[in-house]
Formats: sequence, structure tokens, C-alpha cells
Amino acid sequence: MDIMDEIRDLSRKYPDRRGALLPALYVVQKEAGWLSQEALDTVSRALNLPQATVKGVATFYAMYRHRPMGRHLIQLCTNVACMIMGAERLVDLISGRYGLEPGGTTDDGRFSLVIMECIGACDRAPAMLVDTDFHADLTADNIFEILEKYE
Amino acid sequence: MERFLLKNIDSPDSAGIGEYLRTGGYASLKKAFGMEPADIIAEVKAAGLRGRGGAGFPTGMKWDFASRDPKFPKYLICNADEGEPGTFKDRPILEKNPHLLIEGMVISAYALKSERGYIYLRGEYPHARAVLDKAIAEAYEAGFLGGDVAGSGFRFDLSVHQGAGAYICGEETALIDSIEGRRGQPRIKPPFPVNVGAWGKPTVVNNVETLANIPLIVSMGAGRYSEIGNPECPGPKLFSVSCCVERPGVYELPMGIPLREIIYEHAGGVRGGRELKAVIPGGISTPVLTPDVLDCPMDFVNLPKRGSMLGSGAVMVFDDTVCLVRVCWRAMRFFEHESCGKCTPCREGTGWMRNILERMEGGFGRDGDIELLQDIARSIMGKTFCPLGDGAAGVVLGFLRNFSDEFMYHITNKKCLAESG
Repeated sequence: MDIMDEIRDLSRKYPDRRGALLPALYVVQKEAGWLSQEALDTVSRALNLPQATVKGVATFYAMYRHRPMGRHLIQLCTNVACMIMGAERLVDLISGRYGLEPGGTTDDGRFSLVIMECIGACDRAPAMLVDTDFHADLTADNIFEILEKYE
Repeated sequence: MERFLLKNIDSPDSAGIGEYLRTGGYASLKKAFGMEPADIIAEVKAAGLRGRGGAGFPTGMKWDFASRDPKFPKYLICNADEGEPGTFKDRPILEKNPHLLIEGMVISAYALKSERGYIYLRGEYPHARAVLDKAIAEAYEAGFLGGDVAGSGFRFDLSVHQGAGAYICGEETALIDSIEGRRGQPRIKPPFPVNVGAWGKPTVVNNVETLANIPLIVSMGAGRYSEIGNPECPGPKLFSVSCCVERPGVYELPMGIPLREIIYEHAGGVRGGRELKAVIPGGISTPVLTPDVLDCPMDFVNLPKRGSMLGSGAVMVFDDTVCLVRVCWRAMRFFEHESCGKCTPCREGTGWMRNILERMEGGFGRDGDIELLQDIARSIMGKTFCPLGDGAAGVVLGFLRNFSDEFMYHITNKKCLAESG
């Protein structure tokens, strides 16, 4: 299905076109991993919404990306439970190994790292998402075993 | 206690409709269709169910308001934006018992005469998204959703609307903005969503766990249901227990169970047999408590008497190795990040409080910082559209009320009391 059709199809779930704005942004983000101006324009055209409206909404939500991301996106939680269970040390380890700081991307474009605000897995802290894969009970011993599987 | 909400979740097929039907699923729905919508609302009122999202508003009363509004259509929205740090209680329902939620939503929609529902799911739960999409497809296939639900002639359509990483969208008016495709910023109340909600129509927003209680109330009847837990706010309650305990996890227990039982009998006590220092009873936004409240019943009635709230029932346990200044700083970093920016006291105040806590934590605290924090917190409390500001202020005031010595120690000695012990 053409991306414009896919977006218009989504809007059938809502009483007006604008309702489909959040899901439409996800659809275009899936293409390149981030929202380029071109991607935002596509949404704007498909839903017949002003460009400013689309950009205003896209920049409000933390999970929309506004610059190119690495091939794999690490979203690591450091909120209170994960912090107590050692998440900050994992941030340091990732930084040491890949030269990757929160908010950054590795030079080879392999990983981007984003700090997440509570992943809702406090019983298995620390936890992270790599792309859409969930990983929990992270330790200094298993973190690279997991990450190294993502080329 | 017998598990109702988490029944069967240990079975590998618990999310499938086959397993759900085999264990009596959708029987409440069929029973509900034999009742008048108004009688279902009356039953939910009589059961004394109070909303499980945090505010504890009586569910039946909310439904009553919406059903009395003549505007049409009406919307039913499930709040699955479980973003309160420490909270993961809805996750097992969403990932392992999704048909209980769907059944609860269809019954609720029938009672409210709503034809359209949405599950507002937080973006951070991609697995739950896949499970819910599959469960909704199964329910359509089996005739529990769609144009003629279970042969009753009642129509109800349901889909998932995925959030995109904004804690504020757990607040119902911000959630409605987000479903409408807007920035999630709270609206002034009144009008309340039950009258002017999504797309200006009467809208009921209920938490996942609240809706999951509905099939139970219909099958048991209000009388038997209200015998579970504290008669003042009855029912089963999901508690998510985390941080310094031996067995963190989600526990389904009667409302009003003492905090001590949750921590020591169910969660296995403080890890390594260490000393309990502090407990946050209902998610990060609820004020921290000292160990002398361990015998307090965990419910909407008793926790406020001890200076806190039940919130989402997210119990966060801190032992004597945890630096509470650091916990408070991390909590404030969260509130600063999540403030939607609409109200100045919250937008500016959370940043300043984080700033002061950060210097305190880093060993650069100044004399007067405690008073300064209290002053900022009081300048936020009660002066914002939504409870995010109050939550942030309440966290700081709670820590300073109960643990000011530890904050003072940090300022004077430039290091943690926890590390010095």
C-alpha cells in the first residue's frame, strides 16, 4: 500500500482526519527511523493539515525523532527504580565501549542512545528497548551480550 | 486471595481468546446484555468501585454523569498510558489478559451507550501493542466487537491509539487532546470530559484495571464484590512492588491490605535483610513515607490520613543504602522533562527544583536550599491546570517533611548519609 493511502486508511478510525496524526507520524517515522522535513510534509499532505500543526505535534512527543538515528535505537530507562538497580553504570559502560552518549549516535551509525522516562518494568530493572525488543534484568555482564547481537 | 484480574496469566496461552473462553471469559458480557444499561451503572455504583488510575473517583458516578448527557456519539477511552514511575500494574493485563480488558470495555460501552472506544496505550509498550491488536482482531472475529456484538444488535468498535512518550497524556484531558491529534496539554475543568470530551462529545476515560473490574462486578454482583477488601473502597487491587525488595512484581491483593503485608509477605521483605528506610506507596508522585506507617491499610481512604496517597498502587521500597536526595533529584528530572509547559509554575518550578537538588546531590548545596525548595514547591502547589505540578511539589515537600535530616546532612557534609553509614 502506498504511504499516502496507508495514512488515509488510518484516519478512518477517527471522526476527523486530525485524529490520525500521531499514528501517521509513526508510519512515516518507520520508513527512515526519523522525521525528515519531507516525512512531515507527507503527513501534512495526506491529512490536509497545516505544516505548522504537524511539526508542533511531532515536536511535543518524546518518541518522535528529529534527526537521523543509528540502525538500532537503544532506549534505556534510568528512572528511579532502574537507577537504584544500576542503570547509570550501564550508561557509563555503553559510553565507554561505543563512545555513545545519551542523545547521540555512534560514528559508524550502528547505535543511537536515548534515555527513557520509566519503561514500566521496575520489577525487572534496569530495562531497555532496543528498537522494539524489550530487554530486562540488565547487568554489566549481560548488556554487551545483548547489544552485540544488533549489527 | 483468589486472583480475578490476573487469573490464568501463568498459562502460556493466557492472551488468546481460546484460553479466555475456556476459563469462562465473555460470560459476563452475555449476562450484561440481559440487563438494562442503567442497571449496570447502578450495579457499578453499588459495588463501590473507585478508579484505579490514581485519583480514585467513583466509577459509577462518572458513568452516570456521561450517560445523562444527551449528546451523541459518546466515547469510551481506556487509559493505558501507564507512565507513573514505579507503576507496571496494568502491564500484565495488557500483555497477558487482554480479553478481560476488552470484555470490560464492551460491557462499559453497552452501559454508556457508546459505539466507539479507544485504548490509549503508551508508546513504551510495543509488546502490549502487538498483543492488543491481535486480541482485538480475535474479538471481532468471534463477534464480541463490531456491528452486532454477540447477537445483541449492539454496535461497538475498538482500536488502539498509541501514545508517543508523554507522561502528561495519562491526565485525561491531555489524553483526549492526544487522541484528537494535538499536543497533549491539559484542558481546564469544567467542562469535564463526561460532558465535553473527545471531539466535544461526552467521553468516559477509565484506567485499564478499572475496566478489568467490570466483568467481575457483573458476574459476582455488587453485593459479593463489595465484600472484597475495605468496604469503603472495595475490590481487588493490583500493587506493583519495586526497588529494594526480594521479590519485586505485581501482586493482586484485597484493597486495604496493610503495607507491611505487601512488602514482607508478598514481596519477600527488604533485599538482603537490610533496614527499611522509606516507602513511596503509590508511584513517584505520591509523597514518601517513613517505616512507621507500615501498618497503614493501602487504600484511597487511609493513606491520605498518613500524608500520602494510594495513587496507582506502585510501592517503591528504599533500604538504607539508597540516597534519598538522589531519588528526589531523579524524580524531579522526570517532572521537568514531562512538564507540558502550559503552566508557568510547573514549567519553571520543576526545572529550578531539579537544579537545586542537583547541586545538593553533587556536594554543592547551600544553606537555605531546603527553605528555597519548600518555597518553590509551595509556589507550584494548587497553581497549575493539572495534577503534574502538584505531584512534583508534593514529592519535594514529602521528602523534606520526613527526611530533612538527610537533605541537611548532604548540604553540610557534601556527601550522602547513605554512603557514610
